[in-house]
Amino acid sequence: MAEIIQNEGGKQKGKKRSKRHSTHIDMTPMVDLACLLLTFFMLTTAFSKAKVMEIVLPERDENPQEIKDKPQVDSARALNIILIGNDKVLWYNGLANPAKPPLPKMHLTDFSDDGIRRVLLARNKELFTKIEQMNQDVITGKIEMPRDSIDSNRKRFMRADKKGPVVLIKASENVKYKNVVDILDEMAISNIALYALIDINDVEKKMVADYLAANPSAAN
Amino acid sequence: MGKIKVSKNPPRIDMTPMVDLFFLLLVFFILTATFRTPEAVQVDTPYSVSNKTSPEKHLITITVSKDNVVFFNVDNGIDTSEHLRRKILNAMAYQYQLKFTPEEYKKFEGMSSFGMPIAKMKDWINEKDAEVRDAMHNGIPLDSTDNQLLYWIRFARNYNPDFEVALKGDQGADYEKVKKVIDVLQDNKVNKFNLTTNLEDVDVSLENL
Repeated sequence: MAEIIQNEGGKQKGKKRSKRHSTHIDMTPMVDLACLLLTFFMLTTAFSKAKVMEIVLPERDENPQEIKDKPQVDSARALNIILIGNDKVLWYNGLANPAKPPLPKMHLTDFSDDGIRRVLLARNKELFTKIEQMNQDVITGKIEMPRDSIDSNRKRFMRADKKGPVVLIKASENVKYKNVVDILDEMAISNIALYALIDINDVEKKMVADYLAANPSAAN
Repeated sequence: MGKIKVSKNPPRIDMTPMVDLFFLLLVFFILTATFRTPEAVQVDTPYSVSNKTSPEKHLITITVSKDNVVFFNVDNGIDTSEHLRRKILNAMAYQYQLKFTPEEYKKFEGMSSFGMPIAKMKDWINEKDAEVRDAMHNGIPLDSTDNQLLYWIRFARNYNPDFEVALKGDQGADYEKVKKVIDVLQDNKVNKFNLTTNLEDVDVSLENL
């Protein structure tokens, strides 16, 4: 390109005039460089920010004596989920109390759409429909609401809910992290108001062992 | 009628607007660029429906890899002149009676996640071969006898209480190990934290219930 500009300048015959086009700068190398840098920055920019799932755990008990005064889970609302690994879960209703036999019946299910989600939704139908209705109304424009108040409304519904299940999630040994996140995710999907991730107790360990002994196919 | 002149010179295109645009974009990308920090280990995070984005700064990242190796990473904060990483390492060095040279502190500031006992830290910082360096990660001790992760988190939060915690576990990591990390977090009174996940869409219907 630089040559072309020179040629043009040479057209003027004889007379020494100050060249009009002398300010033309060949920009090709600069454009090349800008293009290169642009491509580099576009490719290295991390556009998709990592997504996170927030979890809040109850504070640790500083002195164990206070436990006596803690509210107990209503056995009519309790839904226990025990993760046994291999994408399998066992669940039972109520509380397992060896002093008050018989022990609750265990059910085996998994993480598919018809698995544990069905159980949770069936128990949490009322709250779920309420929140889903609100979401639908916002989408269709029936009610107008900023994003923040959707979330706070959702939380208000959850606090007001007195019928939904209290889900107690327990992980037995050698469960993979994936299954724990999966079950927490199911809580979010089904809009469960109350759930807790707690340690498995000895009674339940025995119940799981008994179940697996009675149904050997469940372990795989 | 005059002949149509055919210009001998090839047509010149005015590139100025294009260059303007390029530079505008270039400046935009330079200013917004947040570089992908090289991760010490590849982690395949689980899927969830949560679409909350992770905070960019003031983040403690604890990674649990597929082989149950625990990594720790902490950023320098928004104001890099605070040299948070340097201060945290300094506090750790004091706790474990180790000495680091100013060059080592400087180098450490530019590095990312690590997963080895503090005693091996010096070798890791000074190792030039990236492959050897990556092979050094064998996990931050978090047993009750030698709980270094506890101190890393504690010192990080001492220097900046705004630090949020992201727990980035691999799908194949054992929950037992993750549970230990969560216990350490709770020992530090971190009861609210984030689990790094991938976004996935789920359709839910109430049919046939």
